[in-house]
Amino acid sequence: MITYVVIFSILAVLLVASALYAVIQKDLLAAVISTGVVSLILSVFFYLMQAPDVALTEAAIGIALTTIIFVITIRNTSRNEDETVDNNLEKF
Amino acid sequence: METVFIIVLSLMALGLLLGFLRFVKGPTAADRAVALDTMSVIATAALVLLGLMFKRYIYIDVALIYAVLGFIGVIVIARFIEKAL
Amino acid sequence: MEILRYIGYGLLVIGGIFLFLGALGIYRMPDLYNRLQAGTKATTIGAMSAILGVGFIEPAWMVKTIIIVIFIGIANPLSSHALARAAYKAGLKPIMKKKVDAYEKVQDIEVKEEVKL
Repeated sequence: MITYVVIFSILAVLLVASALYAVIQKDLLAAVISTGVVSLILSVFFYLMQAPDVALTEAAIGIALTTIIFVITIRNTSRNEDETVDNNLEKF
Repeated sequence: METVFIIVLSLMALGLLLGFLRFVKGPTAADRAVALDTMSVIATAALVLLGLMFKRYIYIDVALIYAVLGFIGVIVIARFIEKAL
Repeated sequence: MEILRYIGYGLLVIGGIFLFLGALGIYRMPDLYNRLQAGTKATTIGAMSAILGVGFIEPAWMVKTIIIVIFIGIANPLSSHALARAAYKAGLKPIMKKKVDAYEKVQDIEVKEEVKL
């Protein structure tokens, strides 16, 4: 029982930390990858709470569809959040 | 033999934690994509093991979806970095 | 059928150790290409071993676990290859001094053939 509590705590901390990271980060591609991590951990949470159908939908939508749509949006706009700064992270 | 499951599950949770640390640290976006890929594979194995611990056959389908769809996001990000999307 | 259970437990422990070592490698390695080596190969064999271990413990689930193993074996090297190719083409240099670079020559050949056509 104590193991479940420890694993739940680790997952909850990771969930909140990655969601905060998606808000704070200035590089928008990193923020998109962060939303992928949020979806992954959230799906494991739904699974642990005995709701596999919700976890199935969350996995299919979050890891494939959201990432594709946001990356295409970034391709058509700017990658950096602050458009006046000309930084060198456009390369990788 | 519940102890084996607990030990393996703890190892997988530690793996998720280490992958998340690399995800926060990683200097380039490609490093973050590698961390996401690794975390998705670890989560697939952990979901199968949790399905065994809950003793429900239906629960394996979530891991199947992760194994089928988990690489599409990484490939899209790689094509974007390559500027070939 | 008791022997299958113990084979399954052994595969499960091996898979857990490989998954942990792959995640440790992805944290400790100094470079993107080294991280790809650690984070893809080790986790692929770890996930395959752990999922097959579950199939051995519960033999009625064997078919679906083998399907999952096949999909992991297809999808994981694919994403790793795409990431390494993208990082190379974007100009990311390896951290160690490179002695052999076969992929550069391949790109030269491709360019020449395009020019001929």
